[in-house]
Amino acid sequence: MFEQMLKSESVWLSGEGPEHGVVLSSRVRLARNVKGFAYPPNSKSESKGEILEIVKAAIEKSKSLKEGKFYFAKPIDELDRSFLIERHLVSPEFLGDKANQGIFIGDGENISIMINEEDHLRIQSIQSGLSVESACELAERVDEDLGRVLEFDFDREFGYLTSCPTNVGTGMRASVLIHLPGLALTREMDNLISSITKFGLAVRGFYGEGSDVLGNLFQVSNQTTLGRSEDDIIDSLLRVTKQMIEYEGKARETLLADAKDQIEDKIWRAYGILKYARVLTSAEVMNLLSAVRLGIGMGMIKELPVASVNSMLLLTQPAHLQKYLQRRMTSSQRDEARAELVRKMFQNGSETFSQEETL
Amino acid sequence: MLCQDCKKNEANIYFTQVVGNKKITLNLCRECADRRGFHSPLENAPFPLKEFISGMIEEPQKKKELQPELACPQCQMGFADFSKRGRIGCGKCYETFRPQLRDLLRKIHGASEHKGKTPQTRTEELIPLREERRLRSELKLAIEDENFESAAKIRDHIKELLEGR
Repeated sequence: MFEQMLKSESVWLSGEGPEHGVVLSSRVRLARNVKGFAYPPNSKSESKGEILEIVKAAIEKSKSLKEGKFYFAKPIDELDRSFLIERHLVSPEFLGDKANQGIFIGDGENISIMINEEDHLRIQSIQSGLSVESACELAERVDEDLGRVLEFDFDREFGYLTSCPTNVGTGMRASVLIHLPGLALTREMDNLISSITKFGLAVRGFYGEGSDVLGNLFQVSNQTTLGRSEDDIIDSLLRVTKQMIEYEGKARETLLADAKDQIEDKIWRAYGILKYARVLTSAEVMNLLSAVRLGIGMGMIKELPVASVNSMLLLTQPAHLQKYLQRRMTSSQRDEARAELVRKMFQNGSETFSQEETL
Repeated sequence: MLCQDCKKNEANIYFTQVVGNKKITLNLCRECADRRGFHSPLENAPFPLKEFISGMIEEPQKKKELQPELACPQCQMGFADFSKRGRIGCGKCYETFRPQLRDLLRKIHGASEHKGKTPQTRTEELIPLREERRLRSELKLAIEDENFESAAKIRDHIKELLEGR
């Protein structure tokens, strides 16, 4: 399944959009429930089955969802599930109860809808770069389209009603995935995190949540969903993200001024390892690619476009690697295959590597 | 990463709390998290979310107006069930437990009133639900059989169903 997605790039990896050097992607997710039905964690299989059926019918009727494909969760195996998680199309919580779940994925992967995750619907829109507003616009358009044929649970006092009280109100979670190697290197991250929480935003390390932050990737999102309008949420996320970009720029200037040689050395070492190593774990690749990405951002590496680094970040993850190379592998086999793939990509230099060559 | 308490099991519960400029990070396995008593509302480190929410709800025995037998008419969830699971049963629960949930929402979001958009007025017919679809096909059959008495009954039934929505 999903082989066609491997051939086309995820929109959010295109390395386009405003501030794409620092911000990888922007995401907006809306939680919605259909009136009159118990919420998935609390409902019987029959009721979930009916939700799946009517939401599927609603998707088929929606103008904004003409281009894309609906999948029942049942035939999605473990590898495909991880593949979708790595691509940010579904949450790790999804596919716990496969019998009555489904997912719609729009062409280009800008839009996806999970059915019967924690809420009946989770509408998600994702865009490359700092494009929270356009992600929000797209999610809202889909929400409005579906709302023409489905009646959503809505309360005049509490707003959109959700399974978890932390999502009530707008049901909206807006986030950016941001690369902050400069701030991490200058050890400014902790200070920044604590000041950001004062603005009602949450920051977390992107992959190894709680443990070491892999690849200096952070996700910033709104903490609360009630008592603020959608525009207000988007606006404060945008303002804080712009500030973070500015701080990141200053941190990079400081690094150049105080420790140019060390930074250059770090970046080119990372480049060298990626280009010649024979065994690479996925965590190592992420951290090395982070350094290379910093090198591109600081103008030291010129022959590699940011989009290629983004692609490598995705293709070197376990499920992508196996689907890309069309074979199941153990962890140690993957580490070798990963090194080989990265090596080929680096040898291709500035040309964005073509998928057929490696396949 | 190994659990920082027992140093044996893989840590699968990560907890970070930021208060002012102080950051607390804990990496624990399930058992050690339980042992630390994260379910207690008195604990200053509330995690996971379910327990976090339970901890925010005042204990029912302390509040007299909280009738233990009060249950949602649509999904039968009682408030005690919610306190345990941290997930609301259905949309009707919000109506049933409005005062208690208002308090809780204030604690979570610092507000309890929605300021965002409201659903648009519909321009198309709603997708019929299973019961409605079943009744409509029965109605069709009844009319084909010229059984108008039962057709009228089914029609009333559909009307009731739609009004109830």
